[in-house]
Amino acid sequence: MWPDERVAKFVNDNFLPARVHVKEDPEAFKKYGEQYNAHWTPTVLELDPNGEEFYRLEGFLPTDDFLAQLMLGRAHMDFKQEKWAEAEKRFREIVDKLPNTDAAPEAMYWAGVSHYKATNDPSALKETAKAFKQRYKDSSWAKKSSIWV
Amino acid sequence: MSINFRHDVENLLKEAKKQNKPVLLDFSAAPM
Repeated sequence: MWPDERVAKFVNDNFLPARVHVKEDPEAFKKYGEQYNAHWTPTVLELDPNGEEFYRLEGFLPTDDFLAQLMLGRAHMDFKQEKWAEAEKRFREIVDKLPNTDAAPEAMYWAGVSHYKATNDPSALKETAKAFKQRYKDSSWAKKSSIWV
Repeated sequence: MSINFRHDVENLLKEAKKQNKPVLLDFSAAPM
C-alpha cells in the first residue's frame, strides 16, 4: 500500500504523516492507541489540523481500495468544513479514477450531496439517483439515493 | 517518491495546527 507512488503522492500532498509502530515504539503505540482508540494494526487515522479524528481505516486493503478510502476521508473533511465545491471535486475524482473500488459508490452519493449543498438545487440529487440506475445499482448507496428520484 | 513518516507525534500535531494541515496517523506492525 504505502510504497505505491499514487498513495505516496496523495499522502504527501494532503497530510503531515506520522507512524506509531507496535513493536518499534510500544510506549507510543500504547499512548496514542489509547488516545485515539486504535488497538489493531493496520489502523490509519485522518486527523484535522486540531488533532481530531475525522476518518478511520482499519485492516488491510488492496492498493486501489486503500487509496480510494484515503481520498474519501479527505473529501469528507472538506464536506464537514462546508467546502462544498472542493468536496464535490474530491468525491468525483474517486469515481473517475478508481471506479471499481468499494469507495466509489459512496463517493458518487456524496458528490451529489455536495453539489446540492453548494447550489440548493434538488435536481443534483435527482441526477445522482438517476446515475445510480446506471452504475453501482446493487450498492447500499443506490438504495440510499433511491428516495431522490 | 516515498512517505517520510514522522515518529514525534506530539511535535507533528503542533506543526499541523500551525500549518492548518491534516495529519495522517498510521498505527503499524509492518516490518520497518
